[in-house]
Amino acid sequence: MATIDVNGKNYETDEEGYLLNLGEWNEEVGAYLAVEEKVEMTPSHWEVVNFLREYYNDYQIAPAIRVLTKAIGKKLGPEKGNSKYLYELFPYGPAKQACKIAGLPKPTGCI
Amino acid sequence: MGEEMTEATGGIDFEDEDASGVIKKFMFVNRKAPYGTIYALEALEVVLISAAFDQDVSLAFLDDGVYQLVKGQHTKAIDVKNFSPTYRALEGYDIEKLYVEKESLEQRGLTEADLLVDVEVMSSADIAKMMAEQDVVISF
Repeated sequence: MATIDVNGKNYETDEEGYLLNLGEWNEEVGAYLAVEEKVEMTPSHWEVVNFLREYYNDYQIAPAIRVLTKAIGKKLGPEKGNSKYLYELFPYGPAKQACKIAGLPKPTGCI
Repeated sequence: MGEEMTEATGGIDFEDEDASGVIKKFMFVNRKAPYGTIYALEALEVVLISAAFDQDVSLAFLDDGVYQLVKGQHTKAIDVKNFSPTYRALEGYDIEKLYVEKESLEQRGLTEADLLVDVEVMSSADIAKMMAEQDVVISF
């Protein structure tokens, strides 16, 4: 187990840096995790991160990438619901990186 | 090139057209109550992972397994995660064949209206027939 320090408060993470307690997440923690992932957050990045948090809230899982792209396409339009768009935002894997920034566990079936 | 592929994919040769093109019928059979043992949650995880392989996947719920799909599960008092909302995500994973045994529902005083996802309620005999048609049956 590891911890990260964000503005003087400690948060527990697993050995890969995923936040252990989803409920502790806030935008400052998200911003901190984004820096660790070397992702420069823009409103488009936050849109995906917030989408993932809503998805998790509804279904209690982090979606597989194929499911994420489809669900984003449905909600935010086809120009965003494709892997090219999502990989441009999160080059090291949208499901993995965006989930980490969103404070979600690593997606099931993420190989 | 061929050897590199084999190494990178853990010994499975995805270039072999004959092996990769076949779609098999998988049925995951759920027989246990959602909490108290890890079976229901593990089955669900396997099902979600199986969705990545584009196979013909179905789920059957029998015996106490029907409780996995019951609406309004509250798990706070037993301090475990309520994973029942995840069954509603299955549709997004293109897993839409959910069969529930009629007799098991009836014995527990349940009806289709008590369940949190759309399912097909089938008699024990029809489920048995369906099972016989599968290539792979995995029971939890």
